[in-house]
Amino acid sequence: MVGCGAVGSLFAANLAQLDDVEVWAYDLAQAHVDAINANGLRLVGAGEVLGQVTATADASELPPCDFGIVATKAMHTEGAIAATAHAFADGAVATVQNGVGNEEVVARHVSRVIRGTTFPAGKILEPGVVQWDVKGDTTLGPFEPSPARAEEIERLADACTRGGMPTKAVEDARPAQWRKVIFNAATNPVGALTGLTHGRVCERADLRVLVSSLVAEGKAVAAAQGITLDADPEELIDHAARPEVAYDHKASMLQDVEARRLTEIDFLNGGIGRCGRDLGVPTPLNDAVAALVRGLEASWGQVLHSHTQSREGV
Amino acid sequence: MIGRVCVIGAGTIGSLFAGHLAQVVEVSVLTRRREHADALNERGLRVTGRTSLEGRVWATDDAEELPDFDLGIIACKGTDLDLVASLLDGRVAGATMMTVQNGLGAEAVVRRHGRWPLLSAITFMSGTRHSDTEVEYVLDTPTWLAPYEDAPLEYAAEVAQLIVSAGLRAEAFADLRPAQWSKLIFNATVNGVAALTGLPHDRHYAAEAGPDDLGALVRELMNEGKTVAAAAGISLREDPWEMNVHATRRGSAHYPSMLEDVEARRPTEVESINGALVREAERVGASVPRQRALYALVRGKEASYS
Repeated sequence: MVGCGAVGSLFAANLAQLDDVEVWAYDLAQAHVDAINANGLRLVGAGEVLGQVTATADASELPPCDFGIVATKAMHTEGAIAATAHAFADGAVATVQNGVGNEEVVARHVSRVIRGTTFPAGKILEPGVVQWDVKGDTTLGPFEPSPARAEEIERLADACTRGGMPTKAVEDARPAQWRKVIFNAATNPVGALTGLTHGRVCERADLRVLVSSLVAEGKAVAAAQGITLDADPEELIDHAARPEVAYDHKASMLQDVEARRLTEIDFLNGGIGRCGRDLGVPTPLNDAVAALVRGLEASWGQVLHSHTQSREGV
Repeated sequence: MIGRVCVIGAGTIGSLFAGHLAQVVEVSVLTRRREHADALNERGLRVTGRTSLEGRVWATDDAEELPDFDLGIIACKGTDLDLVASLLDGRVAGATMMTVQNGLGAEAVVRRHGRWPLLSAITFMSGTRHSDTEVEYVLDTPTWLAPYEDAPLEYAAEVAQLIVSAGLRAEAFADLRPAQWSKLIFNATVNGVAALTGLPHDRHYAAEAGPDDLGALVRELMNEGKTVAAAAGISLREDPWEMNVHATRRGSAHYPSMLEDVEARRPTEVESINGALVREAERVGASVPRQRALYALVRGKEASYS
């Protein structure tokens, strides 16, 4: 497991239930690593699981592995896979990260790559303990320019499913990936820029129109690649806005902004914009919200505002 | 002859007008808070920065107590304008009123409360308010004014001359719209972007190396605004993009009022700025997808206060 945050921990702890699988986890959070090695990796919430996982913050300790699963935040992919690639010299590496462009980064360091999308979510409660919030499916398929073998992908999907993470091996993993990317890119930046929960965004007519415009641009970029989405992101967005589903949910990008952590904007709206430009599909609103969120990130480097800010000016 | 000026609303812009004009005419000031009026009566108004002077003013928080005046400068925020104008309803019939609010529509709001001759003005000067009685004059950029409806051009010329004689910069025009729209497009872009990003008006606004750099968005937003102006038959006095580039090179980053408002969780002037531009776009049939998004996002941000 390359990156053992919330999502990485869900995979690691569940896979560690299998007798025929040995799980190693690479993560830079030393306290989390130490807790996992001392007490095991514990999941609570949607599933109660204790997995015996060998964790390390030192990539050189990793043995040769049959499979890698990359689950870092998207902006950390390059550093994480560059450090761990030696372990996958004869293995296949899947990414289950958010956004577009992660497979391309992984493929710069390993030869057989698996395109993945996962819907389960959680959060780290304390070192070694992860809250499993939502169960969900995972889809794995070949990364077309640098594919893993079909039987490899099936072997990994089978292990995940047996371990408790329902996973499908498919010939084309792009429809599931783009459904999630479009959903996230249409909702996350709107929540992050306004501070509103998912439900409150959706009940404001003008913001709901903006969300739909972002979806439409994403669909056009997907269609230009010949991808037929496996479900309509609009329906997922309306479904999630229901009070019993995720009305009060703060998008992960809003949580990042509130904590002043760098967001995954470059891999969501930024990724849609890059693909759009390659294909000649305009993405003006995805570009616009990407610029605003990047501006927001840049503002954290500024001195905090006070009313005497311009005192030394001119 | 203008011998008595009343400044209505003593924020940064109102204080800059009051402190300077007090050098050449009698100035009364209408404040929102009683302590503000008391402090002004006790200590006068001190202007630092570009100019250094002390002004004696007569201040009150009660519109009923205002003495007669020849010129009223209504310098409150756009969000308070209707309430403030209602306080003047039916009073000082002989005065000329001048609005200096951002955006569009201030004159029509004031018109609902009286038949005074009206002057439209926009001001580019900026300052920093350090206390109720001290304001720093930061940017000595001009105030532009023009008659609204049937007010005579001479009134605008006379007021411009008065402002200049007080040590500020001003110029009168027959038609304010070319200048007003330049500033409208500038403010709809810069203030909206600032409110959402938290960035003061700095170099990021002119950075356009990549397609999702902030300057690229700023340029597109301004292009949308220019399309609306062209469809409305208005030839802009200044190119808003050049205003933007010039301002970001000044060296001191300005905090747009809309950013200060969202940081303080106050209502912003989004309706009279971004809302006005979007409604004008609808009226003339121009497409402004980015500006529409900005407008919706700032309104959403306001909604998040509660």
